[in-house]
Amino acid sequence: MITKLIILLIIVLGVIAIAQLMRVYELSSKLRKTGEQDISDRDNNLNGRMMFIFVLLLYVFVIWLMMKYGWTGRGEAASTIGKETDWLLNLNFIIIFAVFFLTNTLLFYFTYKYVRKAGVKAYYFPHNNKLEMIWTVVPACVLAVIIILGLKKWNEATSESGKEAIRVELFSKQFDWTARYAGTDNKLGRFDYKLTTDKNELGIMTSQSIQSAIDNMEGGVTGLDSISFKLNDENLVFSAIDQQKLETDLSRKTRLLRLLYQMKEHHDKKLDKDAADDIIQKDTLFLCKGREYEFNFRAKDVIHSAYFPHFRAQVNTVPGLTTRFKFTPDISTDEMRVKKNDDKFNYILMCNKICGGAHYKMKMFVVVLEEDEYNRWLKSKENSTFDKIFNAAPAPAAEDASADAAENDTQTPAGGEEKKDTTMVEPKTAFLGRKSLIINKVG
Amino acid sequence: MAAITHDSHGHHDSHAHHDHDHGHHEESFVSKYIFSHDHKMIGKQFLITAVFMGVLAMLLSILFRIQLAWPGESSDFLHFFLGDDWAPKGVLKEDMYLGLVTIHGTIMVFFLLTGGLSGTFSNILIPLQLGARDMASGFLNMLSYWFFFLSSLIMFLSLFVHDGAIFGIQITDANVGDSGPAMAGWTIYPPLSALPQAVSGSGLGMTMWLFSMAIFIAGSLIGSLNYIVTVLNLRTKGMTMTRMPLTIWAFFVTAILGVLSFPVLFSAALLLIMDRLAGTSFYLSDIIVNGEMLTNHGGSPLLFQHLFWFLGHPEVYIVLLPALGLSSEIIATNSRKPIFGYRAMIGSILAIGFLSFIVWGHHMFITGMNPFLGSVFVFTTLLIAIPSAVKVFNYITTLWRGSLVLTPAMLFAIGLVSTFITGGVTGIILADSALDIAIHDTYFVVAHFHIVMGMSAVFGMFAGVYHWFPKMYGRMMNTRLGYAHFWVTIIGAYGVFFPMHFVGIAGAPRRYYDYSVFGQFDTDSYNMIMDLNVIVTVFAIFAALGQLIFLFNFFYSIYRGPKAVQNPWKSNTLEWTTPVEHIHGNWPGELPTVHRWPYDYSKPGAEEDFIPQNVPLAEGEEEH
Repeated sequence: MITKLIILLIIVLGVIAIAQLMRVYELSSKLRKTGEQDISDRDNNLNGRMMFIFVLLLYVFVIWLMMKYGWTGRGEAASTIGKETDWLLNLNFIIIFAVFFLTNTLLFYFTYKYVRKAGVKAYYFPHNNKLEMIWTVVPACVLAVIIILGLKKWNEATSESGKEAIRVELFSKQFDWTARYAGTDNKLGRFDYKLTTDKNELGIMTSQSIQSAIDNMEGGVTGLDSISFKLNDENLVFSAIDQQKLETDLSRKTRLLRLLYQMKEHHDKKLDKDAADDIIQKDTLFLCKGREYEFNFRAKDVIHSAYFPHFRAQVNTVPGLTTRFKFTPDISTDEMRVKKNDDKFNYILMCNKICGGAHYKMKMFVVVLEEDEYNRWLKSKENSTFDKIFNAAPAPAAEDASADAAENDTQTPAGGEEKKDTTMVEPKTAFLGRKSLIINKVG
Repeated sequence: MAAITHDSHGHHDSHAHHDHDHGHHEESFVSKYIFSHDHKMIGKQFLITAVFMGVLAMLLSILFRIQLAWPGESSDFLHFFLGDDWAPKGVLKEDMYLGLVTIHGTIMVFFLLTGGLSGTFSNILIPLQLGARDMASGFLNMLSYWFFFLSSLIMFLSLFVHDGAIFGIQITDANVGDSGPAMAGWTIYPPLSALPQAVSGSGLGMTMWLFSMAIFIAGSLIGSLNYIVTVLNLRTKGMTMTRMPLTIWAFFVTAILGVLSFPVLFSAALLLIMDRLAGTSFYLSDIIVNGEMLTNHGGSPLLFQHLFWFLGHPEVYIVLLPALGLSSEIIATNSRKPIFGYRAMIGSILAIGFLSFIVWGHHMFITGMNPFLGSVFVFTTLLIAIPSAVKVFNYITTLWRGSLVLTPAMLFAIGLVSTFITGGVTGIILADSALDIAIHDTYFVVAHFHIVMGMSAVFGMFAGVYHWFPKMYGRMMNTRLGYAHFWVTIIGAYGVFFPMHFVGIAGAPRRYYDYSVFGQFDTDSYNMIMDLNVIVTVFAIFAALGQLIFLFNFFYSIYRGPKAVQNPWKSNTLEWTTPVEHIHGNWPGELPTVHRWPYDYSKPGAEEDFIPQNVPLAEGEEEH
């Protein structure tokens, strides 16, 4: 309390001191018969010089940042398209650095050079068509080049993927990612959000899952039957709010159920097999080096963004809309670890669209494997196909059990309570026989 | 004769009597200081409100910068401002971090740089520089301010929402967890902003945000219409469109942008309110949130983004153009030279204004929008670089062979040109969709728009305050403190925002509560981001403390600053022909007649190095 009072006192005294100094300054300038509007040559020259020194120091700061950090955090692009856009990015950086240095230098140099000097009158120079034409046309030409190169790469990056591309769906929700591989037929099964149940978190559509969703909607403690039973029970008395809540719930579920029955009627059973072999994978996304991937994205609740910084790939995931992109990873995780001289390095998939409190923790490790390792991993997932998970009681929580039961405790729970989390966590790669679960404090 | 016609036009509604006696007459405190119809007083009201909101938003940014630099460490400072609810044991809560970020952005963009900048200077300068007695409608002008004030108040109060109550007054049903201000970022993308279940600020806090913005937009529209009508109808005799100062051109185009784009945000907000309160599905489709399966189907979150950015991009220029207008005037006056390429400057303002309406899609390259549409927006967006480059080169040429008087206002105006360059060039990368993929929504974007829009507009605003302070308050601000303030601010601006480019290039997403998550997968990025975050925060605290110099200088000078002379900067524009003491109707006698453009500085053949606009052409003198 005392210290706070002292601090307050010091601040008050400081303000009074400045105010008094200003009075002194003003009185003295009154004696010299100059007003605040009359800038003395001394002030003028001093500030002119400082402007020029400032820009030089700014350059030193910029160059220091470049030397010290530059592309350090970004690292080499780990996908084929990423390498091409990085090339373009570097070209753009050269251009904008040139413009940045040139124009800022002129600006601050002129400020220094042309400060008011006794006897020198400003040069009356209202316009010059030739000059103005030059600095309209030159930027236009440079921009034309930038636009053409940029659009070429953009078309490449967003074009359709090849037939050979491996199809993977990434499903986002607050606050984690789930991957679904298309399986041996390379066809992703259909989905509908209304089919989402505890057993079918991704809402995948098969005859079985539709029936299960219907049962789920009708039966159970929160099902339709139970709600209407409660509402019709004369022995139960609800408060107005609870009554209203139950009625809203009832009408909502009735509507959903009607839609589910429609779905059941129109469902083509032949499509069931597309979904049956889909592999569901959490926590770590495994990719095969040198293979093209076609990613589809879905969101369960709010907008998220699938951001793969190392592959230079990103797209938003939008509820009600499937988005897509493709890329071909071309450096394996092991190779990148050697390149970065960091044996704990991992590729990452982060959420890059504000999505709620634990937004910053919403991520998935990405591991790029050589082809033989990738195939071994696929083999280890034979028991994680959709039909096996769906038919196995009780729930999909144990779907990774076959591969890595021993390491359940190493993963940070997404949305958990831990405030500071700087441990390196190794993705689950036990199927490779690696026992490299290093948990180190960093920083 | 024309002058008389103009005169009566401006007056037959509210204060026609001034045409006869032009004198002072006693007004009550309320009609003079509170519900004033006088444009000068309204301008000052805008300024004071904006200063308060600006300080608040700056404080919020310091609070979250502390968390970013020292994540999870206990801080008395945080605890003092946020209390046990939001910073238990001095550690900021995740949800409140998002709330701080959201309200910081909203206040800075709308309340400081739209209401504050355009509201203040359009009000003060449009009638004065055009030679009008007041705005076209003094009453609407007053309404415009009070709408602004009310929306500021609601936005401020939304910071105090706690379990559906504000200061213990229950507003909605006592929903535990319905706490804090809006938390969906200043862009409030639904579904996050539409679903109270998704984040704690999307309940009452979000409702207040939407109502505050709706009121803000209403006020801003009234103001803008007033500015447009005034510029078109109330110019004094001889003040043709091509003799208007560039400030007026900037305010005029800004007002047009506002009138055309703000209603779109208004409708977007209205649809969002419907989705939240009336169960419609404009933006919602196929959602399961918190275990509850919603029946909404067929809406599109992208629709909101289109509507939002249809305002959002012109908004950037609504913020920027007034600052560029102010700096054009200040740079010309203090270089003692005509602004170079006056007509090209007008052309650039018009081109920027027009193009700003067809570039909004560059905010949406990676939202799932059709890639072809993206290509179109790449093209239109990069076109904007051309008029911007023209403006920059014209500023630099204006300095060339000038006779510079480096007043604090001049330093800030030059600082603006510098930040406009530095922030502008990175826009070229962000506008290039192929490059944007990897840096979209990272700190690179944060660095870009804070420098090009935030800093430029703030510098423009400071320049304007230092330059027109004598006109507003009849007193001078202290020059030495002005210099100190400038140096702290420009060093702070570059120190805070330049390193952010590198954070962004390392792949750090914006709006992350704690970047130490990088430690889990990439040591290089982790070390770099944590280092730079500390540097940024230290500069931010330094810059924020520096603003105290300004606040002190500003408030001290209002009451104790030395008395101003009529035309302290030896400027040509009409506002400096009015008396120092404010009077209703601005000019005691007849309105001045304009004979020349406003940039006759150091004209060969003239004795003085400036010739005010109301001085007739000498014999044989060419206009310019």
